[in-house]
Amino acid sequence: MAELASSAAHVRHGSSIGQPLTRRDGLLKVTGQARYAADNHPPGMLHAALAVSSVARGRVTGLDLEAARAHPGVVAVMTPENRPALAQDPDEKAGPFVFRMELLQDDTVRYVGQPVAVVIAETLEAATEGAALLAPRYATEPVSTGLEDGEAFVPPAVGVGAPAEVRHGDVEAGLVAAARRVEAVYETPAQYHNAMEPHAVVAAWEGDRLFIDTPSQGLAMAVGRVAGLFGIPPENIEIRSPFLGGGFGSKGAISGPQVLGILAAKLVGRPVKLVLKRDQMYGPVGHRAPTRQTLRLGVDGEGALTALHHHVRTTSSRYDDFFEPSGSVSHTLYASPAIATTSDAVRLDTGTPIFMRAPGEASGSIALEGAIDEMAAACGMDPLEFRLRNYAEVEPTSGKPFSSKALRECYAQGAESFGWSGRPLAPRQMRDEDGLLVGWGVGTATFPALMMHGQARAVLRRDGSGLIETGAHDMGQGAWTAFAQIAADSLALPINQVEFRAGHSGLPDAGIAGGSAHTATAGMAIHGAGADAIARLAELAMADQRSPLFGAGNAGVVAREGRLVRRDDESRGESYAEILARAGLDEIEGRGTGAADQAAQQHYAMHAHGAVFAEVKVDPELGQIRATRLVGAFAAGRIINPRLVRSQYYGGMIWGVSFALHEAAVVDRRTGRVMNANLGEYHVPVNADVPSLEAILVDEVDPHVNALGIKGVGEIGITGSAGAVANAVWHATGVRVRRFPIAIEALLGQP
Amino acid sequence: MNRFDYVRPATVAEAVAAAAQPGSAYLAAGTNLLDLMKGGVMRPARLVDLARVPGLDVIEALPDGGVRIGARVRNSDLAYDPGFARRFPAVAEALLSGASAQLRNAATVGGNLLQRTRCAYFYDPASACNKREPGAGCDARDGENRLHAVLGWSEQCIATHPSDFCVPLVALGAVVEIEGKAGRREVPLEEFHCLPGSTPERESVLAPGELIVAVRLPGEAASFAGHARYVKLRERTSYAFAVVSAAAGLRLVDGAIAEARLALGGVAAKPWRVPEAEAVLRGVRPGAEAFRRAAEAALSEAQPSGDNAFKIELARRILVRALTLAAAGTPERLPALPASPHAPHPGVSLHG
Ligand SMILES: Cc1cc2nc3c(=O)[nH]c(=O)nc-3n(C[C@H](O)[C@H](O)[C@H](O)COP(=O)(O)OP(=O)(O)OC[C@H]3O[C@@H](n4cnc5c(N)ncnc54)[C@H](O)[C@@H]3O)c2cc1C
Ligand code: SF4
Repeated sequence: MAELASSAAHVRHGSSIGQPLTRRDGLLKVTGQARYAADNHPPGMLHAALAVSSVARGRVTGLDLEAARAHPGVVAVMTPENRPALAQDPDEKAGPFVFRMELLQDDTVRYVGQPVAVVIAETLEAATEGAALLAPRYATEPVSTGLEDGEAFVPPAVGVGAPAEVRHGDVEAGLVAAARRVEAVYETPAQYHNAMEPHAVVAAWEGDRLFIDTPSQGLAMAVGRVAGLFGIPPENIEIRSPFLGGGFGSKGAISGPQVLGILAAKLVGRPVKLVLKRDQMYGPVGHRAPTRQTLRLGVDGEGALTALHHHVRTTSSRYDDFFEPSGSVSHTLYASPAIATTSDAVRLDTGTPIFMRAPGEASGSIALEGAIDEMAAACGMDPLEFRLRNYAEVEPTSGKPFSSKALRECYAQGAESFGWSGRPLAPRQMRDEDGLLVGWGVGTATFPALMMHGQARAVLRRDGSGLIETGAHDMGQGAWTAFAQIAADSLALPINQVEFRAGHSGLPDAGIAGGSAHTATAGMAIHGAGADAIARLAELAMADQRSPLFGAGNAGVVAREGRLVRRDDESRGESYAEILARAGLDEIEGRGTGAADQAAQQHYAMHAHGAVFAEVKVDPELGQIRATRLVGAFAAGRIINPRLVRSQYYGGMIWGVSFALHEAAVVDRRTGRVMNANLGEYHVPVNADVPSLEAILVDEVDPHVNALGIKGVGEIGITGSAGAVANAVWHATGVRVRRFPIAIEALLGQP
Repeated sequence: MNRFDYVRPATVAEAVAAAAQPGSAYLAAGTNLLDLMKGGVMRPARLVDLARVPGLDVIEALPDGGVRIGARVRNSDLAYDPGFARRFPAVAEALLSGASAQLRNAATVGGNLLQRTRCAYFYDPASACNKREPGAGCDARDGENRLHAVLGWSEQCIATHPSDFCVPLVALGAVVEIEGKAGRREVPLEEFHCLPGSTPERESVLAPGELIVAVRLPGEAASFAGHARYVKLRERTSYAFAVVSAAAGLRLVDGAIAEARLALGGVAAKPWRVPEAEAVLRGVRPGAEAFRRAAEAALSEAQPSGDNAFKIELARRILVRALTLAAAGTPERLPALPASPHAPHPGVSLHG
């Protein structure tokens, strides 16, 4: 790998954490030197292309193998007939988050876009044409494609094993007692992750050792899955994943097509590269399931909630389980004596839905924030005031205090910067100088402060430098930089004195990069590993009569800038290098673990919060909407790198605009085909759609989440933002659109 | 790889001769054709690349004040040609509202006229499509057809022609110069594209192997320059095809409309000029009420072809908008968001 740069003009002020360093991998990326999975071309490599199903349900009854094999350059066609054996049935459900895959185990078709064969050829062109020549024939069965199709059932769990129903207090009684009630049905569409970098794999076998270049948000899990499938020891597998062009959850678990690339390499006995085409990313690599959410709210005469019921209808695939947990936001956000969240689902002939950035929180937030806004309007209250009236001092459903919650400050700072005061209560009151309707909306952001389980290794070397290793993942969020900052502080060294290694399965397991938990998890592991290495070094020094630190045990020793010094007299100390040299050691090692503090979790509810304010403009006759201004104020504990965090918030806020106004898979009701499976027509915001953005980092000290005080920032930006934009559209137009993305025709009623 | 011949003729005559072989297709920038080939939608046996044919990339002022635009002139080059943009501002605005900067830098005049519909069923070889495979049926008819045609469609095909460029061109009376085995001929753009009827596979009057060499705008088209606009409604602010669009040009004499030119985009299988609406405006003073009458006349024959009834009213409104903006006068400089309802319109009262 080419070298990572360090920010040139970095002034350290004693700590790397908290500094707005630019991405250390930035130069590599803008000069095209960052090597993504598909940039690898080992000698002798062949290209593989998938042939995918165009029907949603049935069986493959025929493939024109002759035509494909006869095509010049085609080396092999992999089908259920000749696919190398696996040690494990890909349909075996070893755990709730081991997802079933289509690895050519049989001729069944379960969704459009399912791989039905793999063509391996000398060139990409030959493989692609070979795949087209297979022209599959099918026996089809009737398909289910919509939220109404089929029998609804209550899933055993939603999201990551959360209960499908949560009840706190008596919602029906609360509704009966309410002075005002709102019932509203919100709909969100199927969405696809559409990471810029398609899923890609370059696989090479050497005997029963396997080398893989592939983007992964969960290296250790991927190793485990591949080891299980192929029946080889995990230590025989090396996955390199230094850079991801986005993942958003779709690269959390290794996907079927990636495994097919490994199988193809095994079949032909040569390295193979397989890269999904854009349209092939609308099937086997997950999506956010559509939802229909029914919200029932009651308030008393003062505008305080008496009841909140959030029912979620969602979908999973016919053959596996993942249920978008959209109700979760209602557990946390607003105080109410009675809260219920319920879920049911139908099974569709689609690929299995999966985590997609803020899974549940994003889809649930836009619905909840809309319904809350409706109630505020029904009460004749300013929507911000209404939210403050219903501010949750403790987590409503659990009754636990928050480990920290600076949401009031978020509301205040966001409102101040946005200029919220003076907002007319009634909709359709504001126009700009061109006569466009102007509306302002607010939404509350929230995301749980989670931690996974991760490890790190620290090394102090005789030359005075340090090394931190952890198999962390940089999906573009800036892990190479933020973790290096934590690493430097953990070893009390300047950042350019610390080598940081990540993105490789041979390193200690850093836990999955998901749930906005990576910085906290791997960060704590690094923090612990560094502290461990320092402690060992200190022991060495304190036990050595020749050291100025000899016997300092009682007073204690601290690490400063590559030296250990006595706590009671910082002039007495020596450098790491000196200690190691005298001990005749080349290096000293430490280990650390990052994991949730179970005791703290027992006592506290842990969430990041934020408040997002949006301005939109709407053409009154034509209905075309444009978000023009977004201000988000977020409190998420300790900020490791404000520049990177701000960019996470920006990204989330833009995603919120996308959720409210642009993004949807257009699914043909009859066939289940996604008819806009390309980035020309699956609309995400382009630059002209991105408004002026401001992200305010609100100070928050959290003594309970973890020793570093880190909550997550990766997903929270979507929550709140999507609702704020939608609420602003209502405020601009007076039309409450409950189906997303908001379509032009929904606003045409009133010229 | 799918095998095909690739030839790179050096003259128009060679190009036409090369394309005489059945199954040939001209390759301009390939921004549409190559996508279709990769998707297995079109499988030409021979590509006749126009890249080296001299003379096709020239923008030529004509003695009558008109302009002759070579078929291979790039969208961006034409839109940013100062002489052209000044005389035909609505055409420049339409060009700049299309696709993305990267695509506009490549895409050509001829390719824009002949780009295929964006009907998703046409692009999906697994769907039934009469245009792709005559007689196969039309999966759009009962499918996802929110954005399909409301004018001139048939039971066999409800697709639209997606071009922006063609909309002001047809309003301004552009003429297509065509070269074929039988020599050169000219066809008004208005008659160039075909409505689907029972032969949706036939999209233009071009005979197989015929080449577009140029598009001409007559000198009188420049007489609308002071009052000419293009407006395009999109589902995002840029880089999206039109839901509906409209071009309007007015020639005002003593405050009254001496002549109006109007066309709609995104509503039919061809850029849809509306002479009925132009007639309504002749001799009247510009104003909201007259514009609305013109819009009613323009859409009088419109019929939804699916979940798209909203496009009919939307088309009326966008015509009114284009007329309102045109009446207010072409701005000194094109707005930074060309053709967008969100472009500022200083000094124009649009919304009552
Ligand atoms: C993502 C995307 C978004 C787009 N958005 C828009 C948009 O918003 N508005 C818009 O108007 N367009 C849009 N386009 C379409 C774009 O304008 C066309 O792809 C482009 O104009 C085609 O020009 P080309 O030179 O690339 O043609 P090619 O792709 O090379 O050819 C297109 C067709 O024309 C034929 N052809 C080309 N030149 C000649 C000639 N001189 N004589 C005879 N036949 C010829 C070819 O054989 C082929 O059938 C978009 C395209 C894409 C891919
Ligand atoms: S509308 Fe036309 S292009 Fe679309 S599927 Fe039907 S026949 Fe084909």
